[in-house]
Amino acid sequence: MKKLLALTLLGMVMTTATAQARDTDEVRLAIDVPYEPFVYRTAGGELEGFEIDLGNELCKRANLDCTWVEQSWDGIIPGLLSRKYDAILSSMAITPERENQVLFSIPYYNTPSVWITQRDRNIDISDKDALEDLSVGVQRGTIRDSYVTQMYGDTLDIRRYSSSQDVANDLIAGRLDLSFEDYPVAVETFHFRDDDSDFKQVGESIKTPTSIFGKGAAMAFRKRDRELAEEFNQAIRGVYADGTYDKLMKQYFDYDISLPVGKQ
Amino acid sequence: MEQLNAWFTELLADNSIFTADTLGYYLDGLGSTVRLVFLSLIIGLMLAVPLAIARGSRRKWIKWPIFLYTYVFRGTPLLIQLYLIYYGVVFIEGIQDTFLWAVLQDAFYPALIAFTLNTAAYTTEIFHGAIKATPRGEIEAARAYGMSRARMMRRIIMPSAFRRALPAYGNEVIFMLHASAIASVVTIMDLTGAARFVYARFYAPFDAFLFVAAIYLCLTFAILYLFRYLEKKLLAHLKPING
Repeated sequence: MKKLLALTLLGMVMTTATAQARDTDEVRLAIDVPYEPFVYRTAGGELEGFEIDLGNELCKRANLDCTWVEQSWDGIIPGLLSRKYDAILSSMAITPERENQVLFSIPYYNTPSVWITQRDRNIDISDKDALEDLSVGVQRGTIRDSYVTQMYGDTLDIRRYSSSQDVANDLIAGRLDLSFEDYPVAVETFHFRDDDSDFKQVGESIKTPTSIFGKGAAMAFRKRDRELAEEFNQAIRGVYADGTYDKLMKQYFDYDISLPVGKQ
Repeated sequence: MEQLNAWFTELLADNSIFTADTLGYYLDGLGSTVRLVFLSLIIGLMLAVPLAIARGSRRKWIKWPIFLYTYVFRGTPLLIQLYLIYYGVVFIEGIQDTFLWAVLQDAFYPALIAFTLNTAAYTTEIFHGAIKATPRGEIEAARAYGMSRARMMRRIIMPSAFRRALPAYGNEVIFMLHASAIASVVTIMDLTGAARFVYARFYAPFDAFLFVAAIYLCLTFAILYLFRYLEKKLLAHLKPING
């Protein structure tokens, strides 16, 4: 009787084990929507954007059957670790803290971050005294959150939002004095490079220190899924090598977000 | 004792999450939560008393608008009310130029307004129910003494209604404390906001949220104790004589 019980238990453990192992051809990719122009929803409800196109291309090259899973930024790493999906392809910058939790692919793009304010304002970001009482909006848990917390934690009033959309809404509404945003997202939401835009960039675009901003955005995997990460690394090298990356990039950007060849 | 001390130091030395820095965030969060909940409960209570009396009025034009108000605020999630008052009003053309903007610009006041209106609606219904449940005999006795309606309300109905409402109101206070956890969606650094910040920074959901859950438990315990004390004092006459 005991033997039978032990066998049944063993059987159950084994079946769950096989059920948990990733079916190698099917890959679920998590992405935080919207993050224009990397990902957004069309009027028809379809997902579109640079990362969607790139992700689909990478999957095609690696012969994988990929599906997209929408996941809010807050829970995107725990979701990966708890197997809600198999990889993150969502403009995630490589940082030491994240490297403790996940395995990164080689980076596939790198963009600076920018300070944005209303066009009629005059803010000098290097003058720390003048920043007292000004508010800045960032998306919670991003590298930009880390940057303002570390560099301006004692001067600026930092407001942390769940999505980059909410930050934009409150800057447009006039609740915020500044937004610290990823360059492409800022271009898309504030159109700050246009002459008739209500917003403008303050100071230089910021890419350093690398200890905060990392080496660029990469896909993230569970640490044990080395093979899967390697398949995607191959695919990323592939799209860079034959010019597909440039073609995709030009569809969405009129500036360069690619990493110098060999540096990926 | 010394052993325990050493064990504790060792325990804390091993963790990189609960430093003085992050504990500071939790402390600030505790301040925001207490301020927000306390203010909304006090203002809500002051609104609810006259509303509850008016809710029992015989005149339809007084009774129905109040019913509509409590129905709307009890019938929709607090989160939605907060979204409407914080993000929604922004899209009203020209609101930035009115005096209202001074209040709505900050995150604190929209949250305070939403919480106050919400708790006032619930409290109105709690008090209304308690007033309605006044024993007929007490009212008849008051009438026999020749009391006016206002005096009867002040001396007979309200004191006994407050006592009856006490346990239900204690629950409402606890619900309000827990409902305040949503304040962090409009950037307020309350307790939950602090926990989410720590979570996002260290990717340690268990540590960040278990710690904040413990703080909420302590707060709830304090509220429970306060109401237990009030009930014991104010409802002493309802206890069985030999109990």
